[in-house]
Amino acid sequence: MKHRLWFTALLITASLAAAQDMPLFRWENFTTANGLPDNHVFCVLVDGKRIWAGTENGLGLYEDGTWKAFRPVANPAQQGIAHQAVLSLALDKRTGDLWAGTMGGLSRISAGRIDNFTQLNSGLSNDIVYGVGVQGDFVWTATAAGASRLNTRTGQWSLFNERNTPMYEIWTYAVSPAEDKVYYAVWGGGVLEYDVKTGLWKDYNDPDGETELVLMKDQGLIHEITTSVSYVDKILWVATYFGASRYDGRYWHNFLQKDSGLPGNFLNQIKAIDANRVWFSTDKGLAYYDGTNWSVYRPALDTHRPEMLVRDAAGTVKKIAVQSAPAHNYILGVDFQGDDIWVATAKGLSHGIRQKSSIETAQVLSTHKAIKKK
Amino acid sequence: MPALITCRADLWLIARVASILAVVLLAIAAQPVDRQSGSLTRERYLSPIEMALSADGRQFYVVCQDSDEVRVVDLASGKVVARVPVGHVPRGIALSPDNRQIYITNAWSDTVSVIDAATLKVVQTLPTGFEPAGIVVDRSGKTVYVANRLSGDISVIDLKTGQETKRLLAGRGASYLALSPDGKLIFATHIYPNPGTFRSQPNSELTVIDTARQMVVERKLLHNVAGAFHVAMSADGRLGVAAQLRPKNLIPLAHVEHGWAFGDSLTLFGPDVGGTVQIPIDELDRYYALPWGVAIAPDKSKIFLTTAGSESVTVIDVPRLLKVVRSRPHPFVNDLSASADYVLARIPVGHNPRGVLLSPDGKRLYVANRLDDNIAIIDTGNNKVISTIDLGGPKNVDALRRGERIFFTAGYAFQGQFGCANCHLDSTIDGLQWDLEPDGFGKDIVDNRSLENLAGTEPFKWNGGNPDMPTECGPRTEKFFFRSQSFNQQQLTDLVAFVYSLPYRPNRYRLLNGELMPAQRRGKAVFERTKYKSGKPIPEANQCTTCHSGPKYTNQQQVNVGTGKLTDRSPVIDVPQLSNVAYSAPYLHDGSARSLEEIWTVFNPKDTHGVSNDLTKDELNDLIEYLKTL
Repeated sequence: MKHRLWFTALLITASLAAAQDMPLFRWENFTTANGLPDNHVFCVLVDGKRIWAGTENGLGLYEDGTWKAFRPVANPAQQGIAHQAVLSLALDKRTGDLWAGTMGGLSRISAGRIDNFTQLNSGLSNDIVYGVGVQGDFVWTATAAGASRLNTRTGQWSLFNERNTPMYEIWTYAVSPAEDKVYYAVWGGGVLEYDVKTGLWKDYNDPDGETELVLMKDQGLIHEITTSVSYVDKILWVATYFGASRYDGRYWHNFLQKDSGLPGNFLNQIKAIDANRVWFSTDKGLAYYDGTNWSVYRPALDTHRPEMLVRDAAGTVKKIAVQSAPAHNYILGVDFQGDDIWVATAKGLSHGIRQKSSIETAQVLSTHKAIKKK
Repeated sequence: MPALITCRADLWLIARVASILAVVLLAIAAQPVDRQSGSLTRERYLSPIEMALSADGRQFYVVCQDSDEVRVVDLASGKVVARVPVGHVPRGIALSPDNRQIYITNAWSDTVSVIDAATLKVVQTLPTGFEPAGIVVDRSGKTVYVANRLSGDISVIDLKTGQETKRLLAGRGASYLALSPDGKLIFATHIYPNPGTFRSQPNSELTVIDTARQMVVERKLLHNVAGAFHVAMSADGRLGVAAQLRPKNLIPLAHVEHGWAFGDSLTLFGPDVGGTVQIPIDELDRYYALPWGVAIAPDKSKIFLTTAGSESVTVIDVPRLLKVVRSRPHPFVNDLSASADYVLARIPVGHNPRGVLLSPDGKRLYVANRLDDNIAIIDTGNNKVISTIDLGGPKNVDALRRGERIFFTAGYAFQGQFGCANCHLDSTIDGLQWDLEPDGFGKDIVDNRSLENLAGTEPFKWNGGNPDMPTECGPRTEKFFFRSQSFNQQQLTDLVAFVYSLPYRPNRYRLLNGELMPAQRRGKAVFERTKYKSGKPIPEANQCTTCHSGPKYTNQQQVNVGTGKLTDRSPVIDVPQLSNVAYSAPYLHDGSARSLEEIWTVFNPKDTHGVSNDLTKDELNDLIEYLKTL
């Protein structure tokens, strides 16, 4: 009996500690009412003090407290982006150039100048650009007809598809390039890995096949319908419509709603901070995993009131009293601004302003700071 | 009698020999220059193009474009004291802040030669982008920035490692750079306009780089500017000046007067003028073609500008200029009378003056007379040439040099408005489409073609209407374009010889060993295929290699491949050569295809310009990678 009480006390303490350690935010939401080009926000990107939001009706730039919208233009004397629906964004941190994947091609915004690359005027494989990423002098794109790579020094486009990779489904959905590897989420085709050194491709698939059953958990990718990849610290994180996966090069670990803190199995994006910490954009809220504990941020699914849930290692879920929440629980993407987070949702863009509790929490958002701490 | 017979026989023999000789000579003369290699050898001229002063002001370094060297001149004696071999076609120069290193860009080697100023030896060679031109070193002396003309970008090179750390996107034809006096910003100009939609106004940009962040932070749009050349900043950092060309390519070239074809001008920028202001330097009935090199007096009293096509230096009174700019709220760059309010002097100098350099006290202006192999020294007090430094080039002015001078001068055009080099900048292209024909508005729009290695590509003109180069350069150019003085036979021959002598620029897409990369190999197979992918034979007339055959990839015929426009008088087009086709966008006879891809994705719906509609996107990309190697 004594032991049981002691164990219960330990669990409660651990639970409280978990709550205190999970990041707490005050949410400010942007919609068309305060200048956002459109409420349906596909993606968000932080560029220092500037925030770029890819929406269904224009690319928004938030700077010095105001929004500016970029859209296609009819007047050739003016500059416009390739298409109003902006699906993906990537920043070349060395040059400051922004790359925007749209429903009508790839746009580059460089110090105000806009260049558009389409399947007609360039070697881009397809105009529907779901994902874009920058790796040195290369710009990788995930399109509805395979992957493309632009060498910005020579202008050469290389295409990767079913003819020269193990890509049996060419609907590529997201890309995560790093120095050594480039990963693609292939919608219905698992994950593709490109080895930068050897130039060889390798595929990772659901050992169960393309089913909603999980017959062999932790033995491979959770599902073939992948939507997002994030490769950080040699760890691959994968989002699918049926759960998430983590792969360390040897072992897989899968995350499902039923046995993790995920609020749902339908994932739109996954974004890792490091080998253990990761953010999930789901259809039922924004989720954060610190390697042990989980937290979820959303308007409650029933009451729509602001809600923050914390789940500890033992599976105990606790509600944290909060006054604000992201604009909507259908989350499409996130990006980080120091300790703050910006969240793309189906009904607005949200700015999570980090609130420090009386007990100082770990720096969990910024990879840069985490590295510095090490 | 026998003597008479003998005499007659001799005369007959002489006449026979003479007639054979005449036929042979005429045949040789009609041949392009590269087939006359036995009869024409080129002098190795120097072609000084840029200069820099040594730290002690006693020497100056002259970049000699055609001799691939830097010549060092002792200012006191006016003598060349050293010659430093560098890379191929050197084009730009910069000194390190401590003046210990001299950096030279080598346009055709894609490198920077680092010269030790003490030993005058090349101590290091740095890689750059395609065709490096302008170069500056930042204030710390740790980083050099190089404008790459062909790749349209700016290399950022770490001098400690000798590695290019990144490329910054510039405009098309990035060529000249200037560092602000505080070292915080670099300004870049471009000799070609940025790509735009078909038949839209050309625009260039002034690219602004933040040296602390090593990023482009602003692009000042230069409206209606196709080519911009040297850029300079005043010592107080409040006034910037870029030399530029404003083409009138959207309107028919119906006449030449009143600046109808080109406007020679400057863009002013900086706090003294607010944003950007364009000002004319031409006069109502006289033009100062191809404004190129620019320098601002240390006290900001004057701007000195070489006009490369007019063999002169224009001197502008800055206080008067600023007064005019501030008093005229509306754009006045097309008001050619305005220049009278601020132009102080026009100083005649040598052939094709390019780079300018002011002595530190501003009392002397040095001008590189590119096609005279000398440097003019101007007394800035009385605006007169006081002496000339001979750099020691060949004394003989050969046919090619004479032709080159004709090519680069505007002296043959009505009121001196423009010359061949206005459209063929540095003997290349201008990236523009022109409405040249006197057949009505908007008829027969033509894209500017490259002049590289033209022998064997006759006939000329977009529809093959000019059978040979003398016709192209003669009646067409001198009468129709220039509307003024015609070339005499000798001048025309020299000009033709020069144009035919223009070589290929190095192809950057081809491996040095001549082998093709995998994508290029696959593209070659597409280019040379004789069957559809279905296995059905492609009619010979519709195979790429039928028309694009031979060493220049043209069969020199005229064909209708379905790319004619309703505005063309005839759909029959001369088959263009493909050598270095990668450099000459846009494409098709009228420049309507903005990229190689568009030739087939947009302008070949019925497979009339080769068979492309059964190609996958990968295969089309491969074809383009191959074409870029030609």
